[in-house]
Amino acid sequence: MNNKLTVSPSPHIRDNATTASIMLDVVIALIPAIIMSVYVFGMRAALIIAVCVASSVAFEFIFNRLVGKPCTIGDLSAVVTGVILALNLPVTLPLWMAIFGCAVAIIVAKGLFGGIGANFANPAILARVVMLVSFAKPMTEWLIPSMTNGSSLNISELVSGATPLALAAEGSLDKMPSYAQMAIGTIGGSLGETSAIALALGGTYLIARRVITATTPIVFLGTVGIMTALLGHDPILHLLTGGLFLGAIFMATDYSTSPLSEMGKVIFGLGCGIITVVIRLYGSYPEGVSFAILIMNILTPHIDRLTKTKPFGGVKA
Amino acid sequence: MIKKHLSGVKVAHRKNTEDSPAVQMPIPDRVTLPMLQNMGAPCKVLVKVGDEVKVGQVIGDTDEFLSAPIHASVSGKVTSVHEIVIATGVRCPAVTIESDKLQTVHESVSKPVINSREDVIKAMRASGLVGLGGAGFPTHIKYSPKNPETVDTLVVNAAECEPYITSDFRTMMDETSYLVKGIDTLINYFGFKQVVIGIEDNKPRAIEKLNKEFASNSKVKIVTLRSKYPQGAEKVLVYETTGRVVKEGRLPADAGVIVSNVTTITVFAKYLETGMPLVSRTVTVDGGAIAQPKNVVAPLGTSFKDIFEFCGGYKSQPAKILMGGPMMGIPVYSDEETLVKNNNAILAFNEQENKKFFETPCIRCGRCVRACPFDLMPRAIEMAFLNEQVDTLKELKANLCMECGCCSYVCPAKRQLVITNKLAKKMLREKAN
Repeated sequence: MNNKLTVSPSPHIRDNATTASIMLDVVIALIPAIIMSVYVFGMRAALIIAVCVASSVAFEFIFNRLVGKPCTIGDLSAVVTGVILALNLPVTLPLWMAIFGCAVAIIVAKGLFGGIGANFANPAILARVVMLVSFAKPMTEWLIPSMTNGSSLNISELVSGATPLALAAEGSLDKMPSYAQMAIGTIGGSLGETSAIALALGGTYLIARRVITATTPIVFLGTVGIMTALLGHDPILHLLTGGLFLGAIFMATDYSTSPLSEMGKVIFGLGCGIITVVIRLYGSYPEGVSFAILIMNILTPHIDRLTKTKPFGGVKA
Repeated sequence: MIKKHLSGVKVAHRKNTEDSPAVQMPIPDRVTLPMLQNMGAPCKVLVKVGDEVKVGQVIGDTDEFLSAPIHASVSGKVTSVHEIVIATGVRCPAVTIESDKLQTVHESVSKPVINSREDVIKAMRASGLVGLGGAGFPTHIKYSPKNPETVDTLVVNAAECEPYITSDFRTMMDETSYLVKGIDTLINYFGFKQVVIGIEDNKPRAIEKLNKEFASNSKVKIVTLRSKYPQGAEKVLVYETTGRVVKEGRLPADAGVIVSNVTTITVFAKYLETGMPLVSRTVTVDGGAIAQPKNVVAPLGTSFKDIFEFCGGYKSQPAKILMGGPMMGIPVYSDEETLVKNNNAILAFNEQENKKFFETPCIRCGRCVRACPFDLMPRAIEMAFLNEQVDTLKELKANLCMECGCCSYVCPAKRQLVITNKLAKKMLREKAN
């Protein structure tokens, strides 16, 4: 034997999962929603998604370079942020605004707080909220998809109109789409929020691959459903619309900004659900998912502190 | 909330050598016996250079409480007494014996006379036995708890949860009669009300065979464990087989249990019949760099190199050599390292198996928390350690960590959580007061 032996700490074998493989799973889970966004809103949806992914990755690369950190674009987390942010935007949004949103997500929400795992709020949510406040009008201009021009980049061919929640808030129930349309996603809204079925499909994949546990989405959705029903509103309308599935499955389950323990996830989901319903029914915004998750993001360290695990055989000191 | 099962990780079994009954290897030219082959204190060398020694002769012993004597594993001449650094990084004396290949048995080797529990414990010490499953806890100390009247259960550890290792499995299959005798003796002299043998469900043949062997003994129960590492960890095994919880800072005896490795009991039964102390053992030799992986019976002190040569030598350059399994095994610096009592496997990994992992930032996925059998929070412990928050470490019960490796195994960011936890425990010990 003439070569040197490796001496390193145990364990000497590791699970195949890596940060990149987990992020890749999230991207795969988002594919049904991406396909539906293009189907419903046309090729401009694909353009917005592509621009968001490219600019998110570029901002991460540039930021790491500027602050002298190792390049982390290989972990694919910037890709995930780009896709999720894009799915939160209206198809009519000017591209420069989308690029600005990516800068907020990657540089402000993620980079400045220490990069992956250290951000206090979900980058896509923070960016969406900043954009909602900065570009109030373009961020809330929804188009009712016209199924005939699926491949058109010409947004003028789509008919503009309100989201189902806005219709409900206005009381214009006659224009309300059917439950089936809401589930499939041929309704007004942001790129990725309209198709509950596509989002649920992705969520099932994430749970099956054990990337996330079902706790947060189920508690979040359950709370919204039960609370709206108890308060005399239409629970199915509230469940299927307003980005609830997108938020509950893909944003409230963000590792960095949600609690570690299952008990913590129950509290987190419950909080998200309650705040969402309160904003929707009693606030001036028709939709409350982003704000609800953002507020619970900030409470996460406290929830973590309250829900520490009880070590096996541990004795109180 | 009481959980039905403790957590853990599913690891590939890789029990490649399970169909290979242990084969005796030829006596090597020389053996080197470190004087520390157990958990606890090292032995003092009782021979000097030039002495002629015979097989079974005591060459190292001590008055220290937690220790066991060491015997010559070959007959021949002592050629060197020197200090070495063993795999765990500890310095201790070692004795090298040049073998005359005659294996002349020492006069002191004789069948022990057993009439009482004290005789059994004395015999355990005289045999030099320590836990053969890996931990190397001196057997006679394990069987002398402070409160023997409250101990009613013997848990036999036959989980063999580490990948690759099959030496316990072969012992169960090939030396069943000794295992039966050993358990009978222990029941007779220690008055165990029940004996529970815990075996992982990846060894159905052993479960079937032992069920048949012990069918007539109502005190002995075979418990099939899920194949989920680390079922063989002491506190995990006690919980999974008896439902009892070994509390922080306590021993299994405080929960009324003594835990013994299946091979340890088998070897003890053999000692009672022959009087030959622990001078050789079965060891699983495997890994991608080994030409013919198999189970080998080798004299203690045989170099890994000699053992590998008996297994057809290297088929490719070894990149990492482990004493023990891949989850908790200790990497050694060279193949000159020698076989010790608690060494149940030697693995020689080739370059492909010697994967290098680079730490990336924690993404807070929580897998370490879900994998920890003891419900610790490895990531929180890591943070507290890096910030030197001793009080937080205490609160998080970092001291309970058994270093099983589940947290590091599952970590997608490949963080070295186990070694950090080890350092955290050290910090706790040093700064606790």
